Amino acid sequence: MVAVPWEMLVGPWWPHDYWGGPVGAPTNVSGEIAARAVDVWKIYGYGKGDAQVNALAGVSVEFRRGQYTAIMGPSGSGKSTLMQCMAGLDSIHSGEVWIGGTEVGKLGDKGLTELRRDKVGFIFQQFNLLPTLTAEENITLPLSIAGRKPDPVWMKTIVDTVGLGDRLKHRPTELSGGQQQRVACARALVGRPEVIFADEPTGNLDSRSGTEVLSFLRNSVREFGQTIIMVTHDPVAASYADRVIFLADGQIVDEMTDPTAEAVLDRMKVLDTHAAVAG
Amino acid sequence: MYRATFKSLASRKLRLLLSALAVVLGVMFVSGSFVLTDSLGKSFDSLFATVNSNLDVQVSAKPKVEGQGDGGAPVTTLPASLTEKVAAVPGVAAATPGVYTQNARVIGKNGKVVPTVGAPQAGTDWQGENGLVELRSGRGPAAAGEVAIDAALAKASGYRVGDRIGVLTLKPKKTFTVVGIFGYSGNRDSLGGSQLTAFTLPVAQELLLGEKDAVSVIDVVAADGVADTALRDDIRAAVGSDYQVRTGKETADAQAAELKTFLNFFTYVLLGFAGVALFVGIFLILNTFSMLVAQRTRELALMRAIGASRGQVIGSVLLEASVIGLVASVLGLGAGVGVGAAIAAFFSSFGGTNLDLAIGVPPAAVIASFAVGLGVTLVAATVPAIRASRIPPVAAMRDAATPDKPLTAITACGAVVLLAGATAMGFALTGNASLWLLMAGVLLAFIGVALLTPIISRPVVSLLGRLLAWSVPGQLGRRNSARNPRRTAVTAGALMVSIALVTGVSTILASATTSISKSVEKTLQADLVISGQQTGPTPPTFDPAVVDKAAALPGVRRVAALYRSMGTANGDQTFFGAVSDMDAVRHVLGLQAASGSVDSLGAGQLVVDEGTAKNRGLTVGEKVEVQLPRGDATEYTVSGIYQKNDASNGILLPADAVENFTVPAPTMGMIQLAPGADAGAVRGSMDRLLADSPEVTVADRSAFVEQQTAAFDQILVFIQILLALAIVIAVLGIINTLALSVIERTREIGLLRAIGLRRSQTMRMITVEAVVISVFGTLLGIVVGVGLGGAVVRALKDEGFTSFALPWSQIAIYLVAAAVIGVVAAILPAIRAARLNVLQAISYE
Repeated sequence: MVAVPWEMLVGPWWPHDYWGGPVGAPTNVSGEIAARAVDVWKIYGYGKGDAQVNALAGVSVEFRRGQYTAIMGPSGSGKSTLMQCMAGLDSIHSGEVWIGGTEVGKLGDKGLTELRRDKVGFIFQQFNLLPTLTAEENITLPLSIAGRKPDPVWMKTIVDTVGLGDRLKHRPTELSGGQQQRVACARALVGRPEVIFADEPTGNLDSRSGTEVLSFLRNSVREFGQTIIMVTHDPVAASYADRVIFLADGQIVDEMTDPTAEAVLDRMKVLDTHAAVAG
Repeated sequence: MYRATFKSLASRKLRLLLSALAVVLGVMFVSGSFVLTDSLGKSFDSLFATVNSNLDVQVSAKPKVEGQGDGGAPVTTLPASLTEKVAAVPGVAAATPGVYTQNARVIGKNGKVVPTVGAPQAGTDWQGENGLVELRSGRGPAAAGEVAIDAALAKASGYRVGDRIGVLTLKPKKTFTVVGIFGYSGNRDSLGGSQLTAFTLPVAQELLLGEKDAVSVIDVVAADGVADTALRDDIRAAVGSDYQVRTGKETADAQAAELKTFLNFFTYVLLGFAGVALFVGIFLILNTFSMLVAQRTRELALMRAIGASRGQVIGSVLLEASVIGLVASVLGLGAGVGVGAAIAAFFSSFGGTNLDLAIGVPPAAVIASFAVGLGVTLVAATVPAIRASRIPPVAAMRDAATPDKPLTAITACGAVVLLAGATAMGFALTGNASLWLLMAGVLLAFIGVALLTPIISRPVVSLLGRLLAWSVPGQLGRRNSARNPRRTAVTAGALMVSIALVTGVSTILASATTSISKSVEKTLQADLVISGQQTGPTPPTFDPAVVDKAAALPGVRRVAALYRSMGTANGDQTFFGAVSDMDAVRHVLGLQAASGSVDSLGAGQLVVDEGTAKNRGLTVGEKVEVQLPRGDATEYTVSGIYQKNDASNGILLPADAVENFTVPAPTMGMIQLAPGADAGAVRGSMDRLLADSPEVTVADRSAFVEQQTAAFDQILVFIQILLALAIVIAVLGIINTLALSVIERTREIGLLRAIGLRRSQTMRMITVEAVVISVFGTLLGIVVGVGLGGAVVRALKDEGFTSFALPWSQIAIYLVAAAVIGVVAAILPAIRAARLNVLQAISYE
């Protein structure tokens, strides 16, 4: 079990005025930053002392536009929580989360819904397609909900890129796992969101399908300038990213640019050992 | 294994109780009917024991025509002189002649007959105070113009001692002075809700019996030490076999038994409620268990994988069902005792009935409750239990539930059952109409349609969905309602049953109304009709003198009056009509001779319609022995046979037979106006002529049709109330289905919310699904109901159902109601879906 960090008792030391919010934090975000977290705290458990778990303990991080970032860390490090908080799926206890020029924490349910609809794309480990809809309808679903028509050129580009041209009329149950995940990727891309969050996108796929999905994600960053934040525990998956952030015990402990699978694996080994000792 | 069953039960208490509610309601009506019948039966027993407490033996006449002596008030009389013969029998302490009939209707202050709640409006001769009758104020009648009334009648009419009141008897209205008001022992105002008017003996004989020196009964008190039964046998020997001699107890039992037959009506109504509630309940339970089994696929597969046998899986599901059935039976029994007691209490105080209430819970109520409650639940759970046992152990390792099996088998099965049902109905309606066969046919037809519903649901639901789904949430809802045809079908099926029944009845009633109105238009050549609606045991009649007075009015061309009475023809019981003037009747009703002559009817002659003549094998010139409620059997000769006619059927007797009718007054009058006559003026004159005959009114033909069909609206309202309950159960079913669907689709809903579906849109999605299901069920019910109604109407074509009409306005109302029902049923599940935590929902297993 993770001990309560002393910051919880006296407050974090920088740049935070515990009662007044962040000091000197910019309220506008430069065009280069697609999403960022500023001193984000997320606490689970309602008791005191050991009953509380800091899923996130003062995480501050920026994600540049057109960058493919992987978040890694041992189980319980807070990587999924960070992604969920960034995406407006989960609330935070203190700090700020920004998507583009929108502060996520200030939004109500309606605002969050529209943020997810218009500015965020999701890819899940479980694919999460609607079984009643065809592949094509699943792809255009976020636009349909918003009452918009898909741009046919963009739609064709995406469909060609994910290689689903001949399977658009099929239902999810008629598609393989890899195909389903590619449909999910296309769905995330179709609205040209500010950020795509991918939660273990290859977790349920065999290595060949996984490679296809990862290549597709990297291509969409390279060719369309898409911003992607991916949570994974697979060093090979992480090696497709431009940048890897390592989390442990709810804090960012390291960062790596242009990673290779070997380098990531080595770094993870150290973290896992550390976590095992701490646990 | 079984511990797991109970854990599963405990974790789904609320949902299972919701589906058990249908069983609770069904059992409630079953046990309620037993309790009500038993309690009121006991009350009647005690009432008549009280009434006959002063009586040891009673002598009465054997009724000449059965069914004419209800409630111990025979129309047939005995000679008063018989009293002396009875008094002379050794062991008789006192023999008192008495008059009692059920045809003394008091006209209230509003000019209408004072109503009762179906109980007799009786008349008697005043015999002074005795152990039963107690004067409350005034005195007994001593002169011809005086009457005493009982306290129930005084309270209902507001009359007091000294008031002048009009009374209708065998004779038209006569006016009397109220000289006394009496009650009964035990401070009762009434005996079982009846109203009693007491006259002096000569007046009672003249007005109530129509004969001097006649009485209805001779009440005998035995001397000390003489046994009732021995005295009965002695008196029987003395008076001969022409008379009925019974002990006080036998009389009480016979009187109570007659009233108890009227209780059967309540039993049928309550059992009808129960049947519908339980039948709909089967759908609900079937669906709940199917969904629970589907949700627990992995768990059940795991049990199979670790060694549970198929039998154990079936056992565990059935065990779960029997626990629910047991709980529902207990709750239903309790509620039924409450409802039965409440209705019994209502009847024992309503309208001054003054019954002693003794609530009884007969063992049959308990046995029936558990048999029905457990039986229905187990039957409904059998199919899901078998389905659960077929889950392969490997399903524990698989992710998704196995896809639905094709619908071929169920569809074929449905077609066969539907066919069987239709055949049974066909036989019941065309051949010897057996109610049981008809009901079995309807039941089979429902089951057949229910089995066919999944295959029907695909195209219909998709079409309905297209109409309703103009937005994205709507389209999602539409697809959800189409994705599991079995579930949609069973959910809609519950609604289908209730809507089909109510639509079927509406169709029959609409057809009956149209048929009546068309046949009146076609055959009744009268401009004005005098008639009334029967509310009590005595049919509404009017003063015969009005007929001649009406004929003398300026502008009136013809007046025909019809009388009706029960009697026997060659020993068979039948209704007889009598006519004032055969020629007028023939013109007004448009009777055409098929053979013989129907132009006139002399003494000793009768005419009969073709159908009756054929059934009884009568031809012109034949002699028929006719026995009416009074007088001796008389021979009539068939003088004519008239063609089939919508307005009249049966045997018509000449005017001189009327004096032997139950009530020697016309029940219907028809007036034909001279060309160019002022109908309004004639009507005004008729209203004045009928001022002393408050049971009837004058109406033109369309008003007459409305009067004749008014009862249909009451039947319809009654049926609608009955089935509203079944509809409530069906709504519970829709709520249940949606709630379980929302749980099953937690992840999908989570995803939709994650990619931007608003809460309001989520709710709309669920609502569309509910509306599609309920409108589908209603549409199906309307089609099935119109089919059932149409079949009945067609089968009864010869009984006067000449036209087939659809109750369009009601159909429209049901459809609108279906949409509303859908919206209402969606409220809770939709709120639940909208409140789902997005993050938890996405990762929901």
